[in-house]
Amino acid sequence: MARIVGIDLGTTNSLVAYVDERTGLPVVIADADGRRLLPSIVGFTPEGLVVGEAARRQLARRPADTVYSVKRLMGRGWDDVKDELRYFPFKVLAGEGVVKLAVGGREVTPPEVSAIVLRALKERAEAHFGEPIEKAVVTVPAYFNDSQRQATKDAGRIAGLDVVRIVNEPTAASLAYGLHRLGQGVIAVYDLGGGTFDISILRVKDGIFEVLATNGDTHLGGDDFDRVLLLWLLEDIQARHHAQLDRDCIDLANDNEVMQELRLAAEAAKIRLSAEERTTLTLPLAGFTYHRMITRTEVERLLEPLVARTLGPCRKALADAGLTPNEIDQVVLVGGSTRVPLVRRRVQELFGKAPHSQLNPDEVVALGAAVQAQILAGGIKDMLLLDVTPLSLGIETLGGIVSILIPRNTTIPTSAREMFTTSVDGQTVVDLHVVQGERELAKDNRSLARFELRGVDPMPAGMPKIEVTFLIDANGILQVQAKEQRTGKAASIEVKPTYGLSDADVERMVEDSFTYAEADVETRLLIETRNEADTVLTHVARALRQAGPLLATEERQGIEAAVAALRAAREGADRDAIRERTTDLNHATEHLAEAMMDAALKGALGTKRADEIMEKP
Amino acid sequence: MSDFFEIFGLERRLAIDGAALQQRFYELSRQWHPDFHGSASPDAQARALEESARVNAAYRALRDPLARVEYLIRLTGGETRGEGGTLPGFPSNKDAPSKPKAPPALLAEMFEIQEALEEAKAGPLDDAARATLTEQREGLEARMAETEARIIGPLSQAWDAAPPPERPAALNALKEALATRAYLRTVVDDLGAALEGREQEARH
Repeated sequence: MARIVGIDLGTTNSLVAYVDERTGLPVVIADADGRRLLPSIVGFTPEGLVVGEAARRQLARRPADTVYSVKRLMGRGWDDVKDELRYFPFKVLAGEGVVKLAVGGREVTPPEVSAIVLRALKERAEAHFGEPIEKAVVTVPAYFNDSQRQATKDAGRIAGLDVVRIVNEPTAASLAYGLHRLGQGVIAVYDLGGGTFDISILRVKDGIFEVLATNGDTHLGGDDFDRVLLLWLLEDIQARHHAQLDRDCIDLANDNEVMQELRLAAEAAKIRLSAEERTTLTLPLAGFTYHRMITRTEVERLLEPLVARTLGPCRKALADAGLTPNEIDQVVLVGGSTRVPLVRRRVQELFGKAPHSQLNPDEVVALGAAVQAQILAGGIKDMLLLDVTPLSLGIETLGGIVSILIPRNTTIPTSAREMFTTSVDGQTVVDLHVVQGERELAKDNRSLARFELRGVDPMPAGMPKIEVTFLIDANGILQVQAKEQRTGKAASIEVKPTYGLSDADVERMVEDSFTYAEADVETRLLIETRNEADTVLTHVARALRQAGPLLATEERQGIEAAVAALRAAREGADRDAIRERTTDLNHATEHLAEAMMDAALKGALGTKRADEIMEKP
Repeated sequence: MSDFFEIFGLERRLAIDGAALQQRFYELSRQWHPDFHGSASPDAQARALEESARVNAAYRALRDPLARVEYLIRLTGGETRGEGGTLPGFPSNKDAPSKPKAPPALLAEMFEIQEALEEAKAGPLDDAARATLTEQREGLEARMAETEARIIGPLSQAWDAAPPPERPAALNALKEALATRAYLRTVVDDLGAALEGREQEARH
């Protein structure tokens, strides 16, 4: 059987892993530089695409053409996401059903952007094995609905990957723990990632991983933590520096580049505060440097409402599993956001036991995906995952009321059959509207698809017997069939996914993906080198404006010469030259950086020297 | 096609050993789950999917004693859930599928509660109304629990013990108790929705 890799397609980072045949253990594949995480970021530049770390580095400088957190848009319609779009610096358009992004002078759908990330991981795996990789297990949040799962499968197809299985992230994590014999009995997997939250409760026994219940929120994660922190910092900057801002007519909130820098600074501070009680945030802005100390307590107060939002789904999952918190044997933490100490405390309080995270929370989902891939490849025979469908599935009936065929938390694969009838005499066409969700009225649930059943013999209302069959496969993806039973007549069904791409759309995108291929290796490296040069140039220009007067004329002229040399090199295509000039400029500005830091600290903190209060980088 | 009891090699009885059922479920899952048939022919894969879906549906129906009774009633011809409903798409004079009707024995005492519910829906709740509704909900919850205990306890045992000619009567007793429970469930949900000021969730 062909090799199958496991992929964690995350909101913030993505990874690819496989099970090592010799050790039987899952391993994350690193890139040539030894990096295991691939930032799920795609940059559209005139020279081509950049992915991952290179794209992350251009976030602040090309905000309109650098797409991050696209997972939040997968399988979504305009109404689902319009409220959070103002936080994205790139342009999102209301497409037909699915949203589209206008970046780099073209329009792309979220699956196409995810496909670029998947293709980078595919190439990473191919470089590792020295052979083509065509099959993958890809993980999704357990609480993803059918449209979001379909969108993920579509992304795989566009990337040239056959997604042989969609696996839920928390259950994948449980497989990784199970392989290490760490999770046994009844376990709760609390998975808080960059953009999504899941809670899954499983019984692990005799190699069977039986999911008892799952719940979550597909719009809650580290991104939201960063956002509240960013808004708080923005307010603080405006309050402290309003005089300067007014004088220079600076509108921070509408400056995409500054907002990106602020977002990255907020994220970095959040991460530091997981290990430390306090941290300092220094952000050079036009004309002045914002500098302040932040304590963990302050940030926790901001995060508290978001963390509290994860507890409701936990209680619901427990209730659906018919369990009380003390019946949970182990609590496992997954996802980078579970490093936040407040999250750990709240989880511990809810379940009454210390959660554990022996396996790296950033990697455990990919490791689990690799285990599932190995099960499918026939390499592991004693483990079996029995997952559930997270949301109820039903049909809209008269009056807009939902009739549920498959309740949430039903073990998959599963099928259900129900009889329906007509409401009008002589009706020959019947509308079937498939919805997903827990609300009583169809309009309040997610619309998955509309079908028309044609060719029903005219009969009085209530006479036809229309048999509707739902089948959910092991990926959690639904197929629907309908037929009129009384006449036994074959009836045609037309499928129109509400928030999905048609097969023709996907075919076209596969074609397009070759046209808009990633920049070739040389170009990519050149773009990266230029990006680095640009970053240094931006910082130096800003520093010179602020701290320039503190320098001796000679030194200042030296820096200006180095800037000019780098600018000239940057226009050319000689990577080595750009890199050398960048290094030169860095050397020339060493003293400038110190001077600036001292100036900033004196302004903000009196007479303490930089090395007295700065934390280690 | 074999029924759910037969899938697990069980006699058609309501008393089931839960641990043995789980054990058998795991065995059947290992036999049929699509994970273990990925390299089989398309026909064999389709068969595995179908069988696996059926095993899961059967386990779901049998592992919970109440769901088991509902399944038994469906199996023996008397639908408890009725038809799925009437499909929309055209204007109709027919009534929308209605919520479970009150069993005759409960009609009188439910009248008062329904009235309180209507009032709650009309406007915000004051403390007195809230206290009354809470008390009513607790009373009904206790009653629902008692009905459930009766279904999975004595009534199920009675059906298992009944000789074939007496089975329809035992089954009818189960049906009536289930109808009472379904009705209580609806009212408890409505009370909960009114008290918590949320919209009603869909029913299974």
